[in-house]
Amino acid sequence: MRAEDKIFWVFKSIIWALCLLPLAWLIWLILNQGLTANPAEFMNRYLGEWAIRILWVALAVTPVKILTGWKQALRFRRLIGLFASFYVVLHVTSYVVVDQYFDWTAIWNDIVKRVYITVGMASFLILIALAATSWSSIVKRLGGKVWKRLHQGVYLAGIMAAIHFIMMRKGFQIEPFIYAGILAALLGTRLVPHLKKLKKKAAAA
Amino acid sequence: MLIRHSRASDVLSSEITPHSVLLNRREVLRAAAATGAIAGLSPFMLSNTAVAASQKLPNVIKTKWTEHALGKDDKLTPYDDVTSYNNFYEFGTGKGDPARNAHTLKPKPWTVVVDGHVEKPGHYDFDDLIRGHDLEERVYRFRCVEAWSMVIPWVGVPLVKIIKRLGATSNAKYVAFETLADIEQMPGQRFATLKWPYREGLRMDEAMNPLTLMAVGLYGKVIPNQNGAPIRLVTPWKYGFKSIKSIVRISFTEEMPPTSWNMSAPREYGFYSNVNPLVHHPRWSQAKERRLGGPTNIFGFTPKRPTLMFNGYEEEVANMYHGMDLKRNY
Repeated sequence: MRAEDKIFWVFKSIIWALCLLPLAWLIWLILNQGLTANPAEFMNRYLGEWAIRILWVALAVTPVKILTGWKQALRFRRLIGLFASFYVVLHVTSYVVVDQYFDWTAIWNDIVKRVYITVGMASFLILIALAATSWSSIVKRLGGKVWKRLHQGVYLAGIMAAIHFIMMRKGFQIEPFIYAGILAALLGTRLVPHLKKLKKKAAAA
Repeated sequence: MLIRHSRASDVLSSEITPHSVLLNRREVLRAAAATGAIAGLSPFMLSNTAVAASQKLPNVIKTKWTEHALGKDDKLTPYDDVTSYNNFYEFGTGKGDPARNAHTLKPKPWTVVVDGHVEKPGHYDFDDLIRGHDLEERVYRFRCVEAWSMVIPWVGVPLVKIIKRLGATSNAKYVAFETLADIEQMPGQRFATLKWPYREGLRMDEAMNPLTLMAVGLYGKVIPNQNGAPIRLVTPWKYGFKSIKSIVRISFTEEMPPTSWNMSAPREYGFYSNVNPLVHHPRWSQAKERRLGGPTNIFGFTPKRPTLMFNGYEEEVANMYHGMDLKRNY
């Protein structure tokens, strides 16, 4: 094994461990009656918050590459993205099972009438679609260009997740806006190479 | 050059009891002596607040509002849940924040300003406001606008008794309440979550309704800080945010007073905010609620249950809203 690959596997193991830690903590809380007086609400929000945090980390990979030039970072992007989708699936499962207890009428009414749930569900569907098309074989079959276009849908999923988070809070609360600000920075950094190119062009002309 | 050397035996200025506290103690003693009740001293009169919370209230009268009267599906929510899961944004927006942070609140001494269209306006010490009234136990359902609920055994004085004693005049059409505004005691007020101080209000007939309670305790004990010490409103047929905590001002007004959540999001929170399963919050349904600590399903979680019209107090309050469009007056 090359030294580079060894480092890759070490990093990968660390990512696995870190991404499973919130779930392990949740299980510990469940076993120790630590879910507050409103366990359903606590679990739902806990899973949703971790889905957003890990999604943001996945969206930070490209900016890290742009700002540091460390190309190897891209090799971890899929894994982190899949963990984000994993927590979104848990979040929605907890909403359906624990919060609504399979009351499909109530769930449908929520999706249709409550904008923050509509937006959240749309974000969830996009992330599921991206997770399902994350296999290397599918990348090959679709062709790099088409696949890349498709997976730029993650920007939309991220923006909708941020809106979902802002909309569910009461009063003016700073926390979801901090998340939205970080997302804006992460997406904005992606414009840096394009701006550099434009500058070069302008200088050449 | 004058240099002041301090010695260990010196009395620090901070150790000298402030004049106001001394006066207060004298008043307490005089009052106690006058009633010859030093032995049966009310816990409110003990000046140390940390000791006062969790202290048993004496002579609490049982009423017809008992746990039994509510029915078999309305069991008391455990004390630990009632006192650890709170919305009190003055101490943070997390549900556990008030229980963690409210120790900075000093509910003793406590003054309530009474003003507006009233015969006896003034600055009332907490004890003076409550003294002379029996403390009643009222077991009420409590329905939060966020679709969770509890059953709480409050201890307090019906607001109607206090209003009658203060002598509201015929110009008084509404009662407005204000929570303490003090960034030192309420660190959450550093954030503009809402416009401080927290404000609430009731129509005069709502304030005079026999259900409306000024609570000073729960579970037979002095009310903990996170639940709104030393005195809070309880209107069980309205969403929880109407039941304003840690009240420092009661004003009798002619106009409908501004209320905090209505100022923050007028489309979402109206002045009335009566519990109504048919009128939904724009962002979520109000048809059901989760009773905290209620019976669990096979997954070990409490499922939601239908919310009752006026939170089950239709008989006592529906007549006040006769002919009113409750969808428009949400």
